Amino acid sequence: MIAESGHYALVLALGLALIQSVVPLLGARWRDAALMNVARSAALAQLLFVAASFAALVTLHVTSDFSVVNVYENSHSLKPLIYKITGVWGNHEGSMLLWVSILALFGGLVAAFGNNLPLSLRAHVLAVQAWVASAFYLFILITSNPFLRIANPPIEGRDLNPVLQDIGLAVHPPMLYLGYVGFSISFSFAVAALLEGRIDAAWARWVRPWTLMAWIFLTLGIAMGSYWAYYELGWGGWWFWDPVENASLMPWLAGTALLHSALVMEKRNALKVWTVLLSILTFSLSLLGTFLVRSGVLTSVHAFATDPTRGVFILLILFVFIGGSLSLYAWRAPALKQGGLFAPISREGALVLNNLLLTVACATVFIGTLYPLALEVLTGEKISVGAPFFNFTFAPLFVPLLIAVPFGPLLAWKRGDLLGAAQRLLAAGIAALVAIALVWAWTYGGATLAPLAIGLAVFVIMGALCDLAERVGLFRIPLSISLRRARGLPRATWGTIFAHAGLGVALIGIVCETTWNSEYIGAMKPNDVAKVAGYELRLDGLTPRQGPNFREMLAQFTVRRDGQDVSVMTPSKRNFTTRGASTTEAALLTCGASQLYISLGDTSADGAIAVRIYHKPLVLMIWWGPVLMAFGGLLSLSDRRLRVGAPKPAKAARALQAAE
Amino acid sequence: MTLWFVFALMTVAAIFAVLWPLSRSGRTDGGGSEVVVYRDQLTEIDRDMAGGIIGAAEADAARIEISRRLLAAADQSGREGPPKGSLGLRRAAATLALVGLPVIAASFYLILGSPQLGDFPLSERSRVADANQPLTNLVAQVEAHLEKNPTDGRGWTVLAPVLSRLGRYDDAVRAYRNAITYAGDSADRRADLGEALLGTSGGVVTAEAKAEFERAVALNADDAKANYFLGLAAEQDGRKPDAAAIWQKMLAKAPADAPWRPLVQAALVRVGGVSAPALPDGAVAVAKDMSEADRGSMIQGMVDRLATRLKQNGDDVEGWLRLVRAYLVMGERDKAISARADARQAVANDAERLRQLNEGLKTLGLDG
Repeated sequence: MIAESGHYALVLALGLALIQSVVPLLGARWRDAALMNVARSAALAQLLFVAASFAALVTLHVTSDFSVVNVYENSHSLKPLIYKITGVWGNHEGSMLLWVSILALFGGLVAAFGNNLPLSLRAHVLAVQAWVASAFYLFILITSNPFLRIANPPIEGRDLNPVLQDIGLAVHPPMLYLGYVGFSISFSFAVAALLEGRIDAAWARWVRPWTLMAWIFLTLGIAMGSYWAYYELGWGGWWFWDPVENASLMPWLAGTALLHSALVMEKRNALKVWTVLLSILTFSLSLLGTFLVRSGVLTSVHAFATDPTRGVFILLILFVFIGGSLSLYAWRAPALKQGGLFAPISREGALVLNNLLLTVACATVFIGTLYPLALEVLTGEKISVGAPFFNFTFAPLFVPLLIAVPFGPLLAWKRGDLLGAAQRLLAAGIAALVAIALVWAWTYGGATLAPLAIGLAVFVIMGALCDLAERVGLFRIPLSISLRRARGLPRATWGTIFAHAGLGVALIGIVCETTWNSEYIGAMKPNDVAKVAGYELRLDGLTPRQGPNFREMLAQFTVRRDGQDVSVMTPSKRNFTTRGASTTEAALLTCGASQLYISLGDTSADGAIAVRIYHKPLVLMIWWGPVLMAFGGLLSLSDRRLRVGAPKPAKAARALQAAE
Repeated sequence: MTLWFVFALMTVAAIFAVLWPLSRSGRTDGGGSEVVVYRDQLTEIDRDMAGGIIGAAEADAARIEISRRLLAAADQSGREGPPKGSLGLRRAAATLALVGLPVIAASFYLILGSPQLGDFPLSERSRVADANQPLTNLVAQVEAHLEKNPTDGRGWTVLAPVLSRLGRYDDAVRAYRNAITYAGDSADRRADLGEALLGTSGGVVTAEAKAEFERAVALNADDAKANYFLGLAAEQDGRKPDAAAIWQKMLAKAPADAPWRPLVQAALVRVGGVSAPALPDGAVAVAKDMSEADRGSMIQGMVDRLATRLKQNGDDVEGWLRLVRAYLVMGERDKAISARADARQAVANDAERLRQLNEGLKTLGLDG
């Protein structure tokens, strides 16, 4: 009854989505308020039914109802409760159900909290949202139905892929989907604007919270996924330019660009057509990511199953939505009125530069990811585009971007003063030079580029602080007044400072980890000692242990430094009987921002075990950076004030900075 | 019955969600508008100026810009006029909800759903849960017992095959070794130990495993398991003729109803000794678990498929030879001869293929 009710709820959600995609549009066309309001109640009811359907699937997983194919294939009665729940989206069908649930959630949120939207805009947005939803309901029901049944249920399930049996699965996919799917709202707004043929600064005001929310979740989702890969896959890498990672990075780059261009639009009523295009592109890239991961075109830990019909279906969805929205854009965009003007050197100009660099970076990732696929389809030749390509294309794009980041917030709207901004960044520049000198002296004879990169990172962080100092008039006016001003600063300004500083923090982590990473790889027997980066690690012994649905071999290491016991680390190797698979559970020891990392390999006949020990200096900063960025986003999101970009009058003397 | 009642309720709720806004035709909220945003922006400028965040000159410039937008927005909404009502459209939408929703839902659900099936949560299938749960508990108990009494040969003998079946091969190897130490050596135990070793190496007959099989054969020359795996060892080493010889000897000595006969026959085909029609590797694994009748029909099915394929496309000399050999092994000599005739006819136009075919038939002893 639970299974069938969940199934029926999903079918009803499809029916509601179909009505929601037609009726409000008719209402908007004939200006009938009641018809337009159907969008609202239908979106809320849709959310209700999808949530019920999702809850039903969770219940089935928790109660181990193996009469449901999806549960049988991905669950096991002995699995701990948390993995029974997370296992719901640890497979293709369930993860697609999560996808539409989040889509319905966003639709429901717009319906519930979109009171400030004009009626026809809301009707259009929800109708477009329903188009996307209908396509994905059909996809789920026809090709990846999680509620299919087995008449004679087997006694035990096949268990979840052991690599996925981790707390990371509870966080990473929902976060990432909240990000991916969140951009559907800005997409719907963009298509709605094109359909209405009307767009203005108010539009950007209304889209802002949704874009920002999606961006925050996507940032955290990517960071979480990277950290998960780092500790779970056992090779200590945190980014591999894997196509699936790229698939999530592309919407992030486009979304970051969108965030900045929407700012220009909201404050200055400029870049309107470009913002609409970015909204469409961002969600298109999210869809592309879904296609790449779900169609089985790519084989990786993310591709739970491969099935050609699914691939074709998603490709069709992709074609209809991306092709359709871009055609609509080509047709209607010229009709949109152009907005405000600005000089090349201005806050707007800086944001355009940001957009340019981010979109080009996004394009290089796009090429690097899809070119091998296209080549394989066309000629059958298999090539892999790996880290070197991305390092060589990404760095030249990101270096100017990072140099420009501190300048942007210091320039005035409409017409800026580059020299003035440079003067105000003098302190940051000096700090960067000092940092370069220090790092270079300390690691004399080592890598040449690394100190420069650290200097750049320091420049970005100090630049953000300079911006803050400038705004509160630090050292120019008494400290008490500065503090009061700091409290009075809009939260969005604080958000910018945190997000930009986070960029620098992440860069420091990346440079340190890749440059000064030290490692020990070898076979160790009990009581052997390995020395890595000033630490002594003694293997005390190996003990077997029985987990709930696995057996594990636990190795115990005593970590000493300067003759003092620091800690005990216990990496392990787990064997999952049902799938006959094994995973390595790395042990991590955090000292400040640095980490020691031990992962176990195979045991050899003479009782020795292969061990990989890494010392990763300042590695945690790689993830602190994105967390700071997300925190900045959150601050900005919580800023309910309206934003005004006060233009700098042509002849005004140097005045205070414009509001952020 | 309850299920249909729940479905009906859900459908009614969904229809209600569409009908509700249609019924509230009188008073409607007009929604927000751009004008509100710009007005708020204007007040925001005053607040920023009061807080000292922007200067007076900039505030004036911003005010001018926003006022311009405000005028444009007010102009726009004035032109559109107030929302109208359209009774006909509303009726159509209501009909769509009342008829369309149930029809869509029913047509999708009746095709995809299985309303006749109830739920089968594990807790309700307690018999299964009981049979399953104690096994792991039991194993844990026996292991605990053996930890204290490591010389209990019978305990190890009982535990070892269970561990093997649970897939804990490392532990199974240890258990078999202990069983041999404390409960005595035997061909069966040696062969089982070898098999467990095979489990640890993922199916590769290592030197260590091979040594165990050899010891088993030394203890009992006819031990089927040990002989089979020795053949497999030879095959994995690339010595196919040796493997074939070992397996042929097994088949010659074995009783006709030996349960492992088909498995060995299938293996024999793989290495190109005589015997049954070739099965793909996956199929052999499947065939292991099948009953005799199922296996027979599976083989028959494969042979039939091969024959059909060859009828459509007769160029495949290899295929023809495989078909003839299959018929011979299955004891259907008549069919083999007719297949030979078909084959010759099919490749008659190609001298090279015909030569290959005749040579192949010669090795099968069916030339002429």
